[in-house]
Amino acid sequence: MAYEIKIENFEGPLDLLLHLIRKNEMDICDIPIAEITAQYLVAIDVIQSLNLDVAGEFLLMASTLLYIKSRMLLPPSEEEDAEEEEEDPRAELVRRLLEYQKYKDAAATLDTFPLLDREIFARTFPARELEEGEEEEFHSVGLYELVEALRGVLREAPEPVIHEVDQERLSVTDRINSILTLLEGRQSLSFTELFPTPPLRQDVVTTFLAMLELVKLRLLRLMQNSRYGTIWLYPAVVEEGPLTLQLEDDSLGYC
Amino acid sequence: MDTAELKTLVEALVFVSPEPIRLERIAEALDVERKSVALVLQELVAEYAAASRGFILQEIAGGFQFRTRPEHGEWVRRLVKNRPFRFSRAALETLAIIAYRQPVTRAEIEYLRGVDSGGVVKTLLDRHLLRILGKKDVPGRPMIYGTTREFLELFGLRDLAGLPTLKEFSELNLDVLDAGADSVAPPEN
Repeated sequence: MAYEIKIENFEGPLDLLLHLIRKNEMDICDIPIAEITAQYLVAIDVIQSLNLDVAGEFLLMASTLLYIKSRMLLPPSEEEDAEEEEEDPRAELVRRLLEYQKYKDAAATLDTFPLLDREIFARTFPARELEEGEEEEFHSVGLYELVEALRGVLREAPEPVIHEVDQERLSVTDRINSILTLLEGRQSLSFTELFPTPPLRQDVVTTFLAMLELVKLRLLRLMQNSRYGTIWLYPAVVEEGPLTLQLEDDSLGYC
Repeated sequence: MDTAELKTLVEALVFVSPEPIRLERIAEALDVERKSVALVLQELVAEYAAASRGFILQEIAGGFQFRTRPEHGEWVRRLVKNRPFRFSRAALETLAIIAYRQPVTRAEIEYLRGVDSGGVVKTLLDRHLLRILGKKDVPGRPMIYGTTREFLELFGLRDLAGLPTLKEFSELNLDVLDAGADSVAPPEN
């Protein structure tokens, strides 16, 4: 018996199961597990015969089906009997299938929405330059954007090919002090300015940690003047004289 | 100022705003009651919808913005040289799950979809349609995800309540599924 299966159309094992249930017009509340398992395994074989990797999730579902089948063949255990009615072994799977179908349907609905910059357009404005006194226009910087920015810098920093034992490593404390020096007499500093050019991965990481420490110590504030724009560093306290910090590496927990 | 003047002023503010502008901001800028701003905004929305104009006024992501009509999309695209993009089904499923169920963890998404969703979530984060809301207070402290303002702007939604109602499929009758001790399903061959 040949099952026609278009592999690329399945988002996952639940999707494949839903497809099989629909195709065979099975009652979702009373799935003939043996039948569906047989068909499911055939489908997986087809995928394999096409030399496509069967994702682990598909195999996991196959074993779940077999487990359900074996549970159904066993008489109900007496202990559970005494406590409460035993749930149909298929119940959990049915719940998941119905739930998945719900979101699959919602996804299809979302797909029909006219989208901005696809069917619908709004006016576009050129990005405004940073102006003085626009404090209230600033957005605080989210963790994800910060990590994005770091990734951007790290992309510039190739992995060193040669591994040498290097004693002259910058410590985070040193970097903290050099960032403070850098900020002296400056209104602000852009995120990328922090990093040496060409950046060494080691330095980038150290610098980034130093910056985070300064934010934690409330000596720095990170702001953006547009969503996902340049990240700017501001000294959070305007003090008389240069900022210095008496820090020991140990106190920060780095060595 | 009278209503007519207020209406033109509100219209002007919406016109110059780079993003959907919130009612509160308009009221603040013009130093008038929010109620009166809300009233003229309503009128403006209705007027633009009724007039045969190339754009309409819409409430998007909690603000107001002029947008072109969807039926003109193909023509406008010729000018702006945008290639029409499509979401993958994986992306749409993941977005739907997060939009309706946020705050949600990756494990919850994957349990619902039955497949690894790390890659999709990352892509959606990169496109700023998702954001990290924080960490869940359970072992491993997994990230919690939610949708962004950009998500609402992209899909033209006023807010999350503007999402279509989720259809409940064939209400599960658990009594049917509660195979009692006396009714073990007959083995199939």
